[in-house]
Amino acid sequence: MSKFGSALFNRLVIIIPYAWLLFFFLIPFFIVIRISLSETAVAMPPYLPVFDLASGIGGFIDNIKQFSIDNYIWLTEDALYAKAYGSSLWIAAVSTFLTLLIAYPVAYGMAQAPNTIRPTLLMLVILPFWTSFLIRVYAWIAILKPEGLFNQLLLTLGLIDQPLIILNTNWAIYIGIVYSYLPFMVLPIYSSLEKMDHSLTEAAQDLGCTPIRAFWRVTFPLSMPGVVAGCMLVFIPAVGEFVIPDLLGGSETLMIGKTLWNEFNANRDWPVSAAVATILLLILVVPIMFFQHAQAKADGEGR
Amino acid sequence: MQRWSRFNIASIVLGFAFLYLPIVLLVIFSFNESKLVTVWAGFSTKWYVQLLHNQALLDAAWVTVRVGLISATVATVLGTMAALAMTRYTRFRGRMLFSGMIYAPLVMPEVITGLSMLLLFVAIGFDRGFWTLTLAHITFTMCFVAVVVQSRLLSFDRSIEEAAMDLGATPVATFLQVTLPVIAPAVFSGWVLAFTLSLDDLVISSFTSGPGATTLPMRIYSQVRLGVTPEINAVCTILIGIVAIGVLIASVVSRSREIQRIKDEQAAFAH
Repeated sequence: MSKFGSALFNRLVIIIPYAWLLFFFLIPFFIVIRISLSETAVAMPPYLPVFDLASGIGGFIDNIKQFSIDNYIWLTEDALYAKAYGSSLWIAAVSTFLTLLIAYPVAYGMAQAPNTIRPTLLMLVILPFWTSFLIRVYAWIAILKPEGLFNQLLLTLGLIDQPLIILNTNWAIYIGIVYSYLPFMVLPIYSSLEKMDHSLTEAAQDLGCTPIRAFWRVTFPLSMPGVVAGCMLVFIPAVGEFVIPDLLGGSETLMIGKTLWNEFNANRDWPVSAAVATILLLILVVPIMFFQHAQAKADGEGR
Repeated sequence: MQRWSRFNIASIVLGFAFLYLPIVLLVIFSFNESKLVTVWAGFSTKWYVQLLHNQALLDAAWVTVRVGLISATVATVLGTMAALAMTRYTRFRGRMLFSGMIYAPLVMPEVITGLSMLLLFVAIGFDRGFWTLTLAHITFTMCFVAVVVQSRLLSFDRSIEEAAMDLGATPVATFLQVTLPVIAPAVFSGWVLAFTLSLDDLVISSFTSGPGATTLPMRIYSQVRLGVTPEINAVCTILIGIVAIGVLIASVVSRSREIQRIKDEQAAFAH
């Protein structure tokens, strides 16, 4: 019994989550790809051909013959899509860079903090992450509006005479992304800085490096794993972000997550939105693999 | 000590001000007398009273809580299993794919996850509603649980498990009586994380839910699109309050468990 139970337990621990993820995470991607090759139809579900298990292998082959790449041709013909992909990548890259600029000094300060207050600081960084994403984005609308709190402050201080237009521009999106994803950047950088041996920077300084030079030559390179992990954690989801461009961005803001959403919900064009998703996935596959590789390596070191 | 310099303190203070100021302002303006969320006109709790009469919002809150409780619980079981599989069995067929499927959902844009799950439910002819929503939430939150539990398991001393097995405990008994009590704080924080992620989700929910299963974020989102009102600030304040209390309880529990563990270890070594 014991041996049988042991083998069974070991197997189930792997098989159950494995099967779950295969069915609910991996297989759906193949369905997305398949539907991106279908035609739009006025029906429910709104695409043709409908895959039918009952039709057997013959029906399946018929299905494949009906596949078309029209949706992809459509995506290349309309400049809107290429622009949306391009500007998503650009906005995500700029926001990632800005997030890094703000997060690094915070993470560095935390790592230098006395041991007694570090857990509290860590807790304070994580806490906003637990409050709703939607709420945090929403909070910025009241701040960035032309008659909002930020403009009121600047006007009162006499720094400007006209309210700045920030809401519904790309700047609002940058602020939204930096704000929402800041903890994702701070935490990995902090954890790689915290592990660092401080005698290394001291040695560099003893050997004549200025503190700034010691930072760039020693500290920063050693914190690279954290920087890379943080950048991936911000960049990849930011490319497909929907809530932030929708609530903070303007009508001229093109981001692919919003395009996909509109294509699906407003135009009800499922095959085109599936094609949009497939290409987005192809664009992100390289950074995602890179992220996984870094994570797997980090796990290996922790072992 | 000079390491904790003024520059360090300034960057932390500014960083935290940036993180907290918007939330604080949102909470303050939920108590505003005026309908505007940008001009202060005196203290009032009327928006909270008004919430109690907003039946659609209350229904949505109830759906959200039920989905959250069910999905967080199932996700914790599945995520803990996945974490065990990842740390205990370093080689099995398809392990690369498995770890890929654990990490990818953490960064996958929600529009892709949402769309793909919706298309799955349509393909298998599963009517969209409460249960499709719950299944989708289980799937994306279990990966977060797996990562949290896995990081605890990596620092786990396996010799006590081996000792239990040598003394004749079955793997199931070993897991329940030895492993689980040790990793319980991580499992618990995994559950809390899964629950709050589920409460929070808008995009995946919008894709996978159907008529009659509108969640609170979906309701808030449709109201936000119409304009910013103190009533939404009030809902948000309540949600922030719930999360703050939850996190506080979780941190107190895990801290007392940690102190207990250190005491137990010291007692064990004293003999």
